[in-house]
Amino acid sequence: MSNSGYVPNLPNKPLWLLAELTYACPLQCAYCSNPLEFAKYKNELSTDDWKRVLREARKMGAAQLGFSGGEPLVRQDLEELIAEARQLGFYTNLITSGLGMDEKRIKAFKDAGLDHIQVSFQAASEELNNLIAGTDAFRHKLEMARLVKKYGYEMVLCFVLHRQSIDQIRDVLELCVRLDADYVELATTQYYGWAYHNREHLLPTREQLQRAEPVAHEFQERLKGKMRIFYVVPDYYEVRPKACMNGWGAVFLTIAPDGTALPCHAARQLPGMELPNVRQHSVEWIWNQSPDFNRFRGFEWMKEPCRSCPEKEKDFGGCRCQAYMLTGDAANADPVCDKSPHHHVITDAIDRAARIAAGKESAAKPILFRNPRNSRALLDVGTTKPEASLPA
Amino acid sequence: MTENNTVAAGDVPQLSPLYLLRWEEPQQAHVMLYPEGVVKLNETAAAILLLCDGQRTAAEIIADLNSRYTSADVSAGVYRFLETSHAKGWIRIKS
Ligand code: SF4
Ligand code: SF4
Repeated sequence: MSNSGYVPNLPNKPLWLLAELTYACPLQCAYCSNPLEFAKYKNELSTDDWKRVLREARKMGAAQLGFSGGEPLVRQDLEELIAEARQLGFYTNLITSGLGMDEKRIKAFKDAGLDHIQVSFQAASEELNNLIAGTDAFRHKLEMARLVKKYGYEMVLCFVLHRQSIDQIRDVLELCVRLDADYVELATTQYYGWAYHNREHLLPTREQLQRAEPVAHEFQERLKGKMRIFYVVPDYYEVRPKACMNGWGAVFLTIAPDGTALPCHAARQLPGMELPNVRQHSVEWIWNQSPDFNRFRGFEWMKEPCRSCPEKEKDFGGCRCQAYMLTGDAANADPVCDKSPHHHVITDAIDRAARIAAGKESAAKPILFRNPRNSRALLDVGTTKPEASLPA
Repeated sequence: MTENNTVAAGDVPQLSPLYLLRWEEPQQAHVMLYPEGVVKLNETAAAILLLCDGQRTAAEIIADLNSRYTSADVSAGVYRFLETSHAKGWIRIKS
């Protein structure tokens, strides 16, 4: 491998740790960015392993800690891990669907010192919400959102926008106002894992975005100083890629449920990764020395047009995983960039989304809900039939 | 949005309650922590934000920085930074 002899020239220190505690989840979101083959990774880290990871990462400099998954509430040791993280001085966030939460646990999280709870919603209307999540969850979530506030937390809500939900943006924001939310993230679907598989069903059309954006801005304006609304245009509709993770191995460290350390949560799919595991290696070795974390550090690995591009320090050539998925080579420019010779794959996907939305064409594959059965079926094509839902 | 973000000398900036500013020993830097992420601040940015305490006016912040840091007047840079911070939601502004 070209980078294996590359000795890092004082890499930054990790600042942000994402602890994916488990792939278990009671929901089945079609836009989930977990790996399709998640059912394969059964060997979850123990409580003690996690505590060691937290200790090591904190010592190196990590300050922001997100507990996510899957659904982190599935882990019964979550309270214990929060308490440990707090004691180490982390700023701690729980990223949850709210399923598996009750008042008792919220109180326990508060006592353990959790800083924030972010509750994610599928969409504002009950029907759509349940349809998209593949389960009946909405009322419970509303209740959880209220309780979060009752225990003195800022109410941080996250809605994932995609073709099936984006037209409800006004309902979503009205709901946030009713709930008295403090911070609302209108997250755009990230096309990794299940979301990538379901992209033909999820990518919004340009018209949808043009309708949604003014609504977001209207509420931002109206609620200035009361509710922070975070809205970004999906990168497919941009001509420059996002500065993914602030650069590879620069800030961000993900630990997957099985202990695999990743520079970003989608990086497992890249060919040639060695996938170091915290069971075998220290966080320090992984961050500073492992081939994976050094692979796309700096600018040496870049190809044209990035290599000679004056903007490379701004966006680092975009997302390596998106470059790989859409162009077949992780060292290419992220094709979201209109300087990329592959940019047409993005515009093609947008055109196709428009034709599918207009009913002129139909998606090649039915929408696939994220669940262990479908995951195993994908791993093992032929023996089990993926259960496809949603009428076409 | 732009006109609304303009910060005047008498405005009183205050760190937004959703953001936590603190010194991180291993990073040898101040960082801003918030539910969605974290930013490592350079020395100047940290110096300004530390003064956004809801008591001082923008003019007082500038006077304070001028007395401590430099012979050149920092005001243009400070106003620009306060405006960006406001647009990002890091600070609230009372006039
Ligand atoms: S996106 Fe949905 S299915 Fe995936 S982990 Fe989150 S709640 Fe579970
Ligand atoms: S060519 Fe590469 S570095 Fe330049 S703007 Fe596009 S993605 Fe960024």
